[in-house]
Amino acid sequence: MNAPPTTSAIPAGQRADAQPARRNWIWFVLVIATAILPWLFYDWNTGRHSGFLLTMLSQMGMMIIFSLSYNMLMGQAGLLSFGHAVFFGLGGYSTIHFLNAAEAGSLPLPLELMPLMAGLAGLGFGIVFGYMAAKQRATAFAMITMGIGELIATAAIMFHNFFGGEGGVSANRMIERSLFGVEYASSIEVFYLILAWTLLAALGMLFLTKTPLGVMANATRDNFERAQFMGYDPRRIRFLQFALSGMFAGIGGGLYAITYGIVTFDAVAAPLSANAVLMTYIGGATIFYGPILGATLITLLQSGLSLLSNAWLIYVGVLFISMVTFAPAGLAGMIQAHAPVSRAGRMGRLVVPYIRLSIPGLATLLGFVGLVELSSFLTIGEAQGKTLVLFGSKIDVHETMPWAVAVGLLVLGGAWLRFEVKSFALIWDEVTADLKQRSV
Amino acid sequence: MEIVLISLLNGFVYGMLLFMLASGLTLIFSMMGVLNFAHAGIYMIGAYVAFEVSRMVGFWPALIIAPLVCAAIGAAIEVWGLRRTHHNGHIAELLFTFGLFFIIERGVQMVWGMLPVPYRVPTALDFPLFNLYGINFPAYRGFMLLIAGGMLLSIWLLLTRTRIGLIIQASLTHPNMVSSLGHNVPRVFTMVFAGGCFLAGLAGVIGGNYQVTEPSMAAALGPIVFVVVVFGGLGSLAGCFIASIIVGMLQTFAVVVDFSLSDLLGGLGDWIGTKNLLGEILAVPVSRIGPLLPYAMMVLMLLFRPRGLMGTRDT
Repeated sequence: MNAPPTTSAIPAGQRADAQPARRNWIWFVLVIATAILPWLFYDWNTGRHSGFLLTMLSQMGMMIIFSLSYNMLMGQAGLLSFGHAVFFGLGGYSTIHFLNAAEAGSLPLPLELMPLMAGLAGLGFGIVFGYMAAKQRATAFAMITMGIGELIATAAIMFHNFFGGEGGVSANRMIERSLFGVEYASSIEVFYLILAWTLLAALGMLFLTKTPLGVMANATRDNFERAQFMGYDPRRIRFLQFALSGMFAGIGGGLYAITYGIVTFDAVAAPLSANAVLMTYIGGATIFYGPILGATLITLLQSGLSLLSNAWLIYVGVLFISMVTFAPAGLAGMIQAHAPVSRAGRMGRLVVPYIRLSIPGLATLLGFVGLVELSSFLTIGEAQGKTLVLFGSKIDVHETMPWAVAVGLLVLGGAWLRFEVKSFALIWDEVTADLKQRSV
Repeated sequence: MEIVLISLLNGFVYGMLLFMLASGLTLIFSMMGVLNFAHAGIYMIGAYVAFEVSRMVGFWPALIIAPLVCAAIGAAIEVWGLRRTHHNGHIAELLFTFGLFFIIERGVQMVWGMLPVPYRVPTALDFPLFNLYGINFPAYRGFMLLIAGGMLLSIWLLLTRTRIGLIIQASLTHPNMVSSLGHNVPRVFTMVFAGGCFLAGLAGVIGGNYQVTEPSMAAALGPIVFVVVVFGGLGSLAGCFIASIIVGMLQTFAVVVDFSLSDLLGGLGDWIGTKNLLGEILAVPVSRIGPLLPYAMMVLMLLFRPRGLMGTRDT
């Protein structure tokens, strides 16, 4: 579980090559399921789709493209960028202008190809900014991208011709020109457009990891000097990777512009760049499908948890920090660590330890959530006039009892969890050692 | 003339505030290689704690209590957080502080709300110190200069005149050698981290009522402090000081300059007009470009001189 990022990335790719058929059917099923999902929530009485679900799924698609493109830098090239939203946002702004031009009749393009134009715009900006950023690596690279991000975000408020200032720019997506004769008046049609482009972009990025460029990006990440000695210019690799990553982020931004019809400076600002870091890292930067998991999870939390809790961003932050500390390979890394165990048919041995682990884990989680929620209801909730209701009964946050229960759960659960983690680690080591022996 | 003098003073005050934040950050960055994203968050905590303490017992105790609280938080972060992520490399440490900043920001929003809190200048210091061409210079700014100057002097004395200061200085350039000589480098790290957070907290106490104490104050100041650290160069407190003053001056002077590039170009500017993007860029007065300048400075510096103004090694 705590395998260093660099070592877990390479076997993952090899395993994927070794058994393509066995791994790929899961993704095939997932795509089909996503395509059918809106119809399961179709309201036959009103003849409408669930708007909440469609918005969430569309958002997921964009965020998957965005975080996958971010992972081209973070996971695959080892470059930490803090300004990735620049390409997403600029792709979005460009698409708005393309849409307006199409409506005015000066750009005869079907709507289906607008994300491609956004991608080209992203590529253009990626080339310009990549020329600057690719000169450096590591912390200097992170600082340059942060500087560029702040520059563009500030410029987006300042200049009105292109960015529209604080109000942003808007356009109408119904340009009445389509490859398939679709009008894109309802959000289900837009959803299928997003699904198709998400698939295309994800496959494109997967293909890029298999090209010499993708492999050399991994090489410069793992051993910068050796890659140089082999005759490759790391700067050029960084530059190409950066520009292409900008292109895919631009596609995501183009879909954003088409879906919402308005792009404001939020699309280029620092919080979205930070989101890219969170999604990619939580999902797992070292494995190709990690960002897909991360983007899905964060979007789910964003649309589900944010309705329930004022403090949901705290949970995301804590999740991120615990991932950085305990599972640097992310969710995908955790799944990947179980692959050899499952292939050897030893998952059964882990069931009981996992159940033992989950009881104190759940208690600790409940205690923590309880404390955060209690304090949130003490401050924000009070100002909003809300009261905390749990299992149908009101809870008074000014009494000591709920606080004592939460603290007790956190402390006792935490202590028990530490103990269980130790015994779990023993069993885990035993199982993996056993596997190694059998393979030798 | 009076505008120049007033701006010079204000820029100096702002620069000193930046230096209080940046000095701790640059020490941490140079020694541990960790760019502490949570540093501005600590500054914000300092301001909010000072607000609470000054409401309960007054401003003067807050001046000592809030920085101490921040130092304790800093030490805790180093011992229980950073040390555990250390074996995963610098990127993991950086991401850890990044996540921490996220939590601090949301936590402050949760506890104190989204709106600014009424953290005000103490009445004992709320009078004009002197009058310059009809404009009052508040005594509180003088007090800020006094605190910042005192801090500058004590850091300098600590680093050059004491044993621990010499070890810190050596760890800045040769951490492995210092460790080989038998010094407890991790403990030095903890001390420097706590010290840096102490300074950030102190900056929060005196900066919180100079500016506005609100949840976005950290996100607004954080990137500027990074600019100062990168611009000044790694491992150089002198460079950090110069960069702080430059950025402080730039930001205050940019506000009062009402030129735009098209004014300089004269007739050419009129010919381009303001309807296109180029014309619009040229027509924006310097006073509005002000917020852009530090970032442009940082990007240019990293492109052409990655070690910064007086740095000893590349960022």
